Amino acid sequence: MRVAGKGLVNRDKSVTFRFDGVSYTGFEGDTVASALLANGITLMGRSFKYHRPRGVLTAGSEEPNAMVTVGEGAGAEPNVRATVQEIYEGLMVRSQNAWPSLDFDVMAVNDLAAPFLGAGFYYKTFMWPKRFWEAIYEPVIRKAAGLGALSGKHNEDTYEKAFAFCDLLVIGAGPAGLMAALAAGRAGVDVILCDEDMQVGGRLLAESGAVGHLSGADWAASVMAELEAMANVRVMTRTTVTGAYDGGTFGALERVNQHTGKRGGGAPLECFWRIAAKRSVLAAGALERPIAFQNNDRPGVMTAGAVRAYLNRWGVSPGEKVTVFGNNDDAHRTALDLAAAGVHVAALIDSRQGITVEAASFPVIVGAQVCNAAGRKALESVTVRTSAGEQSIQTDCLAVSGGWNPTVHLTCHMNGRPTWREDIQAFVPTAGSIPDMAVAGACDGVFSTLGCLKDGLRAGQEAAEALGKRVVAVDLPVADDAAYALEPLWAVAGKGRAWLDFQNDVSVKDIKQAAVENFRSVEHMKRYTTQGMATDQGKNSNVMALAVLADATGRGIPETGTTTFRPPYGPVAIAAMGAGAQGHGFAPERFTTSHKRSVERGAPMIEAGLWYRPSYFPKAGETTWRQSCDREVGYVRKAVGVCDVSTLGKIDIQGPDAAELLDFVYTNLFSTLQVGRVRYGLMLREDGTVMDDGTCARLGETHYVMTTTTAAAGAVMRHLEFVTQCLHPEWQVAFTSVTEQWAQFAVAGPKARELLNGVLAQPVDGESFPFMGCGPVEVAGVQGRLFRISFSGEHAYEVAVPSRYGASLFDLLLEHAERMGGGAYGMEALNVLRIEKGFITHAEIDGRRTAFDIGAARMISAKKDCVGKTMAARAGLMDEMRPQMVGIKPVDAAAVLSAGAHLYECGAAQVNGNGLGHVTSVGYSPDLGLQIGIAFVARGAARHGDVVRFVDAVRGLETDVEVCAPVFVDPEGGRVRG
Amino acid sequence: MRIDCPLCGARDRREFYYQGAAVALNRPAPDAGVEAWDDYVHLRDNPAGETRDLWHHEAGCGAWLVVTRDTVSHAVSRVELATDVKGAMA
Repeated sequence: MRVAGKGLVNRDKSVTFRFDGVSYTGFEGDTVASALLANGITLMGRSFKYHRPRGVLTAGSEEPNAMVTVGEGAGAEPNVRATVQEIYEGLMVRSQNAWPSLDFDVMAVNDLAAPFLGAGFYYKTFMWPKRFWEAIYEPVIRKAAGLGALSGKHNEDTYEKAFAFCDLLVIGAGPAGLMAALAAGRAGVDVILCDEDMQVGGRLLAESGAVGHLSGADWAASVMAELEAMANVRVMTRTTVTGAYDGGTFGALERVNQHTGKRGGGAPLECFWRIAAKRSVLAAGALERPIAFQNNDRPGVMTAGAVRAYLNRWGVSPGEKVTVFGNNDDAHRTALDLAAAGVHVAALIDSRQGITVEAASFPVIVGAQVCNAAGRKALESVTVRTSAGEQSIQTDCLAVSGGWNPTVHLTCHMNGRPTWREDIQAFVPTAGSIPDMAVAGACDGVFSTLGCLKDGLRAGQEAAEALGKRVVAVDLPVADDAAYALEPLWAVAGKGRAWLDFQNDVSVKDIKQAAVENFRSVEHMKRYTTQGMATDQGKNSNVMALAVLADATGRGIPETGTTTFRPPYGPVAIAAMGAGAQGHGFAPERFTTSHKRSVERGAPMIEAGLWYRPSYFPKAGETTWRQSCDREVGYVRKAVGVCDVSTLGKIDIQGPDAAELLDFVYTNLFSTLQVGRVRYGLMLREDGTVMDDGTCARLGETHYVMTTTTAAAGAVMRHLEFVTQCLHPEWQVAFTSVTEQWAQFAVAGPKARELLNGVLAQPVDGESFPFMGCGPVEVAGVQGRLFRISFSGEHAYEVAVPSRYGASLFDLLLEHAERMGGGAYGMEALNVLRIEKGFITHAEIDGRRTAFDIGAARMISAKKDCVGKTMAARAGLMDEMRPQMVGIKPVDAAAVLSAGAHLYECGAAQVNGNGLGHVTSVGYSPDLGLQIGIAFVARGAARHGDVVRFVDAVRGLETDVEVCAPVFVDPEGGRVRG
Repeated sequence: MRIDCPLCGARDRREFYYQGAAVALNRPAPDAGVEAWDDYVHLRDNPAGETRDLWHHEAGCGAWLVVTRDTVSHAVSRVELATDVKGAMA
């Protein structure tokens, strides 16, 4: 219910939203949690395992209980914290993990079975029979347990990622963070101030104390106004810093439109930031921990700080008769603020002896503990135990405080371990855990407002100084400086289940059970009990749990230690981290200049790295790809075919030492290549394995153009950079990738020259362009290059023009080819053509092949050194028992072959270790009328004519094949020279 | 992680391609013998502490860099152009 005269929400602007289909009204500035509490709704969710009714526990991002699903359809987002989600007009919110309804949940029967469902129950209970685990147990458990569910549909929402840079990143805009940003900002430091809340102020928004002559909230607003006016300060609200990484980088999630419901039109829902900062100040504050006692998870039991926040910030009292229970002075504020606001305080219960509360208008019970709570779906009463006995107090809200834990998480992201401080019974950051990060305020165990302001000022000034700025004076406002005193109380002794981790339904008993079963390490305990897992990562409960573990194992808390806090601090949607990488963004598409025309002609496009190439060009009447492929092979063997080969890597190499570089990276010689000639080259890795192959043309004395395979273009470029920078920086040579600058087309077949002479300004002949010749040409009025090279074994050329002319040249070449009984050919035909000639691709040179294996050992020149030469000469890499490249053809001409199949001796057992090798490429040769392949067979070069067994166990193929030379067509090579 | 490229300034590590130990600069002579070559191609130290790596500023200027960093703290203490390092070795 709302409390008159309290809160910062805009009471002039009401907002309507729906929760589980029912319409509610709140105010601008409300979260789902505050608005529901204002409407008297305390039951907000069901627990993970036992489906126990749960209400909201906190008022911040650490919320374990009040998880809701926002939105509907594909964009529905599960596991949103009701304490973080701001309400907006038309917001649709649903409760989770309850069926058929939140009020009546069938699976609550689990709670009755609780004695059997303790820590590790599924490890013990569902052991037998083994096959039941995957088939029955796991699906049933998964259905019964869990939080919200994804829609399972493609999410159309827009997410973004971005980089930001600053000299000082201030994390948290409470009193310490605001002072740090103010001090640094006034000194001229380039500052980014991040806070995950919708407005700056932090705890000041939730407290009634003044800062200077202003309320905490007004003081925060005044600082905000000054910071916003500074050009060197950027304030990012609704932005959670999620991780601290190497080199001063931070991850941060900004909820850009989660509070407006704006979708589409390019408006991102969230943005994932990577912030690079020279220094940082962590002013992340502290999180309150409850106290465990029987049934302490009843809806209506909340942290004392949260009750105060709902009252002071949102003008809401979570109950009509509120009881406060704590072990520290801070809890008293809740009772005092409630009473001052006119809310009935049933009692203040302090576990400590001899405590007095000044000006208390409510009963104060000291040396007492709450030992039970009643009311299944809403709190009705609590039982208070004193030395005199037990008494029941009627109450609908219990505010609990077991003390405050500094938010140390980010300081642990680079292996830091927090330090235990006995006086505040909490872990604080260990200095130096993150390079160049200072910690200030409650995050460092400073718990008074004045202390936080002072500490933030110090941190801001020190950062400014370290960044070389002159420190500017900032007045320290007057504020509360009361000491914070507490006596540890983690769990109230008693029967029944006392809850620690609300989100995972872990009780004190579970922790003790883990200890009994020797899961004594805090990391083992966590995994055995699930304590501290899921979305909240145990932000309220971890320290309590390890205190219970410490007690159960007879060790101290520092000795027991904490689990490891890892990024992200809060949940981050994968969609935000992967922004821009959905669909085609994940793998950008590269299109050739002939792409559009190929698609128009109905060619199915296949991926070649990021490139897309035509598979084949179907014609009317063709019903299978094989028909198209066979026809296209026929073009090249009988007339002329045209194929876009622009995707091959092209590297322009120039300089006096260009020849020296090529001699070093290729196994064979290129310094001896004449100008106007092309040579095929083989490249090795330094370990002697084949890296890539391709042709290289000498266009001038000091000018070469290297081609690489499509797949290895990037790797070869990197390799050339490595050789010229790391091995031979003294060489005078420069090179650059020109892959995208030139469109290049293969024109292949007996009529290739005839076709070209129809489009070239100067006709070519065997003398001007002999086999492996190259030079400049004018094609259709454009300066281009012509290379007489062949990947099909036919008389062939590759003609290159600047890319802007690629599309029109493709059309022109096709027009001529089709008139001559030829046409375009795609990857399928290209593959058959090269298999027929035994030309290799990366199917063969797969990173395990040597020059010896592919029958190219003689290509390693004896006249010079080259990359890989020494290691390639190792005995093991030249062993004749190595699989050597051969051709294969089936004994039965109708047999079907497949790449990937294994080869065995006929009659030999087809078992691992018994193989002769495997098949790397296959295709149907229309010329031979059967399937042929390339394979690697042990001692293969010496086995031509032998029959071996072909076995593809995956596809169920088995047949006899003959080993042969890997050249099936025109073995003399006459056609290519013709 | 950020690498301070001597040519481009400090850049996010996603702009760089990681190669491995800077040992790759010390290519033996062809006749240096099996052990020297085995050492060069295959054997690497795995220090807990300072290490020297080769990184390629592939999405930047294309420079190969020798990065000295600590494998425990991840702190980068020095970034040099590989051409300078190799040049100084000559």
